[in-house]
Amino acid sequence: MSAAKRVAVLKGGRSLERKVSLRSGAQVQDALQRLGEEVIALDVGPELIAQLLAAKPDAAFVALHGRDGEDGTLQGLLEAIGVPYTGSGPAACMCCTDKVLAKQLMLAAGIPTPDFCFLRETSIKELGAAAALGAIEDRLGFPEVVKPAVGGSALGVKFARSGEQLPGALVGAFSYDRTVLIERYVRGRDLAVSILGPEPEGGGGPLALPVVEAVPREEDFYDYESRYEIGMTTFVCPAELAAETSERAQELALQVYELLDCHGVARVDLMLEEDGGELWVLETNVVPGMTETSLLPQAADAAGIGFDELVERILASAFTR
Amino acid sequence: MDRSTSGAGDGRRARATAHELARYESLFAARTRGMKSSAMREMMALTERPDVISLAGGLPDTSTFAPELYAKLMSRVAAESTARALQYGPTEGMAATVKCITEVMAAEGTAVDPAEVIVTTGGQQVIDLVCKTLIDPGDVIVAEAPTYPGAVPTFSAYQAHVEQIEIDGDGMPIDALEQTLDRLQEQGRRPKFIYTIPNFQNPGGVTMSLARRRRLVEVARERELLVLEDNPYGLLRYEGEKLPTLYSLDAHAVGRGGASDLVIYLGTFSKILSPGLRLGWAVAPRPVLEKLNLGKQGADLCSSPVTQMFVAAYFDERDADGEQAWRAYVERLRDLYRRRRDVMLEALTEHFGEGARWTSPQGGLFIWATLDERIDTTDLLALARKSEGVAFVPGRAAYVDGRSGASSMRLNFAGVPDDDIREGIRRIGRAMREQLGLLGSLTGTVAPVTAAAAEAETSRASETAAGLADVVALPRRGDLPTARRHRDR
Repeated sequence: MSAAKRVAVLKGGRSLERKVSLRSGAQVQDALQRLGEEVIALDVGPELIAQLLAAKPDAAFVALHGRDGEDGTLQGLLEAIGVPYTGSGPAACMCCTDKVLAKQLMLAAGIPTPDFCFLRETSIKELGAAAALGAIEDRLGFPEVVKPAVGGSALGVKFARSGEQLPGALVGAFSYDRTVLIERYVRGRDLAVSILGPEPEGGGGPLALPVVEAVPREEDFYDYESRYEIGMTTFVCPAELAAETSERAQELALQVYELLDCHGVARVDLMLEEDGGELWVLETNVVPGMTETSLLPQAADAAGIGFDELVERILASAFTR
Repeated sequence: MDRSTSGAGDGRRARATAHELARYESLFAARTRGMKSSAMREMMALTERPDVISLAGGLPDTSTFAPELYAKLMSRVAAESTARALQYGPTEGMAATVKCITEVMAAEGTAVDPAEVIVTTGGQQVIDLVCKTLIDPGDVIVAEAPTYPGAVPTFSAYQAHVEQIEIDGDGMPIDALEQTLDRLQEQGRRPKFIYTIPNFQNPGGVTMSLARRRRLVEVARERELLVLEDNPYGLLRYEGEKLPTLYSLDAHAVGRGGASDLVIYLGTFSKILSPGLRLGWAVAPRPVLEKLNLGKQGADLCSSPVTQMFVAAYFDERDADGEQAWRAYVERLRDLYRRRRDVMLEALTEHFGEGARWTSPQGGLFIWATLDERIDTTDLLALARKSEGVAFVPGRAAYVDGRSGASSMRLNFAGVPDDDIREGIRRIGRAMREQLGLLGSLTGTVAPVTAAAAEAETSRASETAAGLADVVALPRRGDLPTARRHRDR
């Protein structure tokens, strides 16, 4: 058995996903303790860097969701102070967190992602972007999904079923970010594929875990909130899909993981379109939830990778960059 | 790598972990599914920060209570009644406290039999106990729309089906209530109780008219339905004529002049004295009261004797003029809150202007403002919290479906100083103007241009400073020196 490592679990913070992050962090801490590691739990705040400098951990386990934790801010700081950390580096974090950027990169690489347009708040007043709405509506049709470019919670995500609803949906989304994405709505099944980095000693490439399907408990396709709320969605893992669909979803997720240069772990969200059965990549999450009801642990479990082993494997990503 | 520390052999690993993950999940009662947190509620939790002016709370202003009096009363309880104060008390409450409650009820114009009173741990416990007593999963509760945001999680936890009746300036329209009751009857469903806040409704700020009160009691009698009358602020009336409680109207209709048959009355010391005491009460028909009592035994055995004795001591207290101190204090609160209400109404006219409409409450703590229907106040709160440092309750919190009421907000005028009210409304107004301006640009209509709108323009120049302030949690450049949020009140 290798010597116990000092691992700082970074969680909490001030983002809208604070509570989920605290729960993820707590689960990770328990697992690390079972693995025999020394755990330093840090609720991320203004003292963070001082605390890290004082604690001198061997590694930081990033369980901080939302702003700072996923957008590369924290990763950049950890590199600056020389603390190895789990998961993706700053560039991958920036690309994945910014849905507009991620989608542009996917388009360029030929990875299917639902057609979209984006608007900057400044462009509305300074460039008269409002005049483009008609063309956008013609191109994308209705309903449209309006999302802040950055942000992982249900807040600010809205459906526009008609041209009349679009301005309100845009203004709502602009409350969270200065860039907003308008996406064609893909009606269908909500899938997620989690990717784990290569096994430290096994060589080989990253591993796509079994596909998870999120099934809304209520038959309300227009309720985006339920996607993000525990108890309102049930998860089926592995998803009941044709073998070639599962494989295709996993293959796409691996392509996205490589394209965006993710490291260690990521979760790729996809839609399986009802009409035509096409798969579309929506977004990639570089700090997936690790709570008892999160998708990543369930997918790992379905692959025979227990929670402790999952945590161990993500921790290893801190030392293989 | 040695994995022996993971505590499970490889063969059992998957199952063991499935168990680890679902360790609690499989133990939770089905009703916990109804106890959901929402993104909106999590965001509201983030507004509880010292650098945010919060008009979100349901707070009275406890800084107005004289520290010397508090010390004196606590000393008296400590010195004269040590053993009793430190001991358990009766579940129904201490006789001395019930006497205080009958005094408050009398001030509300309502005679009650002390034997029909139960002292509770805040008014909130009454809502919980009434649900515990009456609601099986799927049972119907009829409530107002909007309704008290704090009742929503309680109703959900008991898996109630809640029908909400949209209120107007005179409270719940009883014809709409009857239509709902008819519809439910056709479905073979009968509500267990009707939940209403007749005075200065939370969050609506409106008061149920006398005619509707009478009709509500009649309807309840015709259909043999219970009514839960939630009246936390009845004594905090700043203008207009006092109206009889539903409890007293029903008691009168029964003809015995005493107890009501169908109304469960909820009262509290929280708004006329202190929420920190955690003392409220219910007055209920005896069969209901007995069940509430059993429910309370299971919940907490009794409410704190320490605070019950504090209340009893307080109600004995007289001021220099020989008037009962509690009545003088309520009078002071009325004057203070009346002024603050006026400050907020004035600020709303100045900073919300034509972009919104709002209620003008005759009492209580709250104003309900409704903005352009395209604005979702949950999003506005996200913006205002981040760029302006101000908080309010988004309207959706007052609806059980979590979706309706999206363009409204609840504003508390009682718990914060005048300057914070003005500044808070100014900041919300600025965020609202920003959204309206954007809407105007997007729809090609020109937003109403006012001084506030012009100010919103200039504030954009300081965006970088504002962003920085958010990160380091410092007061913003625009903060007035009069803002005193850090002071110890």
